[in-house]
Amino acid sequence: MKLLFELFFTFFEIGLFTFGGGYAMLPLIQKEVAVKGWLTTEELVNFVAISESTPGAFAINVSTYVGTELAGIPGGIVTTLGCVMPSFIIILIITKCFEKFQSSKIISGCMSGLKPAAIGLIGSAVISIGQPVFFPDGWTTAVFTTPAFWVSLVIFAVMLVPSFKKVHPIAIICISAVLGIAAGYILKL
Amino acid sequence: MNKSKLKLLLDILISYIKIGAFTFGGGYAMIPLIQREAVEKHHWVTDDDILEIISIAESTPGPFAINSATFIGYRVCGFWGSFCATFGVVLPSYVIITLIAYLLRSFLEIQVVQYAFWGIRAGVLALILKAFVTMFKKAKKGVVAYVAMSLAFLLAVFTEMKVIFIVIICAIIGLVASLIAERREKQ
Repeated sequence: MKLLFELFFTFFEIGLFTFGGGYAMLPLIQKEVAVKGWLTTEELVNFVAISESTPGAFAINVSTYVGTELAGIPGGIVTTLGCVMPSFIIILIITKCFEKFQSSKIISGCMSGLKPAAIGLIGSAVISIGQPVFFPDGWTTAVFTTPAFWVSLVIFAVMLVPSFKKVHPIAIICISAVLGIAAGYILKL
Repeated sequence: MNKSKLKLLLDILISYIKIGAFTFGGGYAMIPLIQREAVEKHHWVTDDDILEIISIAESTPGPFAINSATFIGYRVCGFWGSFCATFGVVLPSYVIITLIAYLLRSFLEIQVVQYAFWGIRAGVLALILKAFVTMFKKAKKGVVAYVAMSLAFLLAVFTEMKVIFIVIICAIIGLVASLIAERREKQ
């Protein structure tokens, strides 16, 4: 019961403080779930790929997943509910006073700080998610001698091209998977 | 509740289950589907309403899927309309992810899957970097924006500060800066 409450409030917080959608919430989720020992960064990145290849918003998907992993069906229900509730309530309030909301100087002022903050957070996600991908044992130069590091780097660099050419994320995930499998068997990692 | 209202709620629910089931990656990827279901097929809202909801979603927290479902549902049929729309949009991914959660552990123990995910993690990083660059290009530039952006980045990377506080600090910076700018304009 205590776990369910903790799950609910953690994901309520995540739902409430996510601006800029999707990847902007990665650092938030990463810190919340990693500190509590609920999911490792590696598992979180695996899940980003799963979420890109299944329907639905990333925020909702990751809520359902963490909840179900930790506390079965009831867990999945409370985390999903927790993540959805803040925006549901806020939008309900806004639809009733839309004009006031749109002309509010306080809200537009806050947003002028929040929008760039979301971009900075995505930037930080590149670092914090990149670390376990390239430096699984911490920031040491020892990885430069491991083939795993160079293969990851090559896959990352090669995938940048289709990413920026607006190839569908699912296609990019599939190609990366094939490259990973090929490299894994060839190098016998 | 009369019969036509129940029928309307059921229509909203079914439309949003469809929208939820066929949007991959979430976010603005669902706009074309919302247009087809809510504008063209059912005439619940207009294209202008869609633009309105995009501007609201950008200044409120939470996923776009939830924001837009709640907003359009309310426009069509009040509280229960927004309830059905939100419930419908969440349902497909909820069911799919619950199934995946039960299967993933054993699935990840297979060697070939481990290799696949090893490659995928590097690929996902490319996707995240791309999201960062595109958002950076689209963003309004200015002193305040650069300060908030770099502050959020530095605090998130180099400190243990909770992301919530980072978000609040940046909101306050934006608010104070805009109030100062406004006062200067008046003088």
